[in-house]
Amino acid sequence: MPPGSDADTAAVEFDRASFAVHRGPTIVRELDFDVASGETVVLVGRSGAGKTTALKLVNGLLAPTAGAVRVDGVETTAWDPVELRRGIGWVIQEVGLFPHMTVRRNVGLVPELLGWDEERIAERVDDLLDRVGMPAGRFGARLPHQLSGGQRQRVGVARALGADPSLLLLDEPFGALDALTRDRLQREFGELMEELGKAALFVTHDLREALALGDRVGVLVDGELAVIAEADVLLESDHPEARALAATLQPPGELGGG
Amino acid sequence: MRELARFLVENRVEVGGLLGEHLYLSGVSVGVAAAIGVPLGIAATRSRALERPIIGTANVFQTIPSLALFGFLIPIPLIGGVGARTAIVALVVYSLLPIVRNTHAGIRGIDPALVEAGRGMGMTDLQLLLKVQLPLAASVILAGIRVAAVVSVGIATIAAAIGAGGLGVYIFRGIAVVNDTLILAGALPAALLALAADGLLGWMGRRLTAPGAPGAERGEVKPA
Repeated sequence: MPPGSDADTAAVEFDRASFAVHRGPTIVRELDFDVASGETVVLVGRSGAGKTTALKLVNGLLAPTAGAVRVDGVETTAWDPVELRRGIGWVIQEVGLFPHMTVRRNVGLVPELLGWDEERIAERVDDLLDRVGMPAGRFGARLPHQLSGGQRQRVGVARALGADPSLLLLDEPFGALDALTRDRLQREFGELMEELGKAALFVTHDLREALALGDRVGVLVDGELAVIAEADVLLESDHPEARALAATLQPPGELGGG
Repeated sequence: MRELARFLVENRVEVGGLLGEHLYLSGVSVGVAAAIGVPLGIAATRSRALERPIIGTANVFQTIPSLALFGFLIPIPLIGGVGARTAIVALVVYSLLPIVRNTHAGIRGIDPALVEAGRGMGMTDLQLLLKVQLPLAASVILAGIRVAAVVSVGIATIAAAIGAGGLGVYIFRGIAVVNDTLILAGALPAALLALAADGLLGWMGRRLTAPGAPGAERGEVKPA
């Protein structure tokens, strides 16, 4: 996947986009970067760095208070919000699945919203659940609370892919999982993204995860993008924030820039 | 007690009729109150400007002593007068508060992250309401309707004071002639009716609550 390739329109384009709470603090300041089609960009930062806000600027849950965010070349504020969101897969931590809906229904929800006929939805759901290793025959009828955390997250990914969006937003999707499950899901997710070739904007507080999954990794510090670069370049860079982050990697050097 | 039993058996036709009136008064009232109260409760969650007046008004209504409210309503044209209509209006007013408040609280109590998840995947407001908010709030809303039903069966005994009939007829008659048996002949069936309504709505609530929604019995299945 060519990171930062010169496609005519990037999947997502942050154009000096800021978001400030009304009469309150600025959460993200002048974000300025692109996600090319097919590229995975990971933003890494501590909690409160503005990661989730950056994602919500993309699917129009928040509107930038300065600058602009463009999806497929069109400003998010010019999109019909419902249409914009149905074209973007969104994966959130833990809580994202609807507790009163079966796995099947959760995964088929966006196609259902789009008015697909039942047969097509059923086919799509079967296919997606297979893809994330949760065969519908075994898991389709279960409710989210009858699944383990890792299984829920797989379903979450399947749901985000529901209507075959060209862009995925992922908000710490593996944050609440135990280390072993997280490693496995990260690996599988990396392979899945490779295979699907979708654009993705992924946020996490875990630098190791960011380096493993991102074509490019951006470091968010207090709402500002301190640095954004390809994973190996980032580790080699002498940018102070990158150095500080790299120093937190343990054991040191394991993923260290090859 | 034996006297009471003999009275109820001897007057079973009249008792049956009064019970029917009672059921009609409280049933219609709760139905109307639910039809008004649920949308009002939803409206209160949609706008801060509506929230205070709606919840506040429902609260104020609840504080009016029931006998006084029946009295106030009599002279009012269209809804007033002597009879069942006036009683139903009063009972609707009393049934509204628990329904409005529970609808509001049930929807507000849903994890905001779930609502945001729905919005983020492209649900319209109506879809969010029908697919997420109402199913998840259903058990709380039904609990409100259940409270309203019990309250309104109780207060409906007072409707007899304005000529609306119901089991209150025996109670008022018993008070007037100082006859405990007569009072009990009204009070006991009314109490049983309240218990029955409570049980029935509780059962319906369990049936209608989406599995996995808050308040649903959790059929725990071990994750594989």
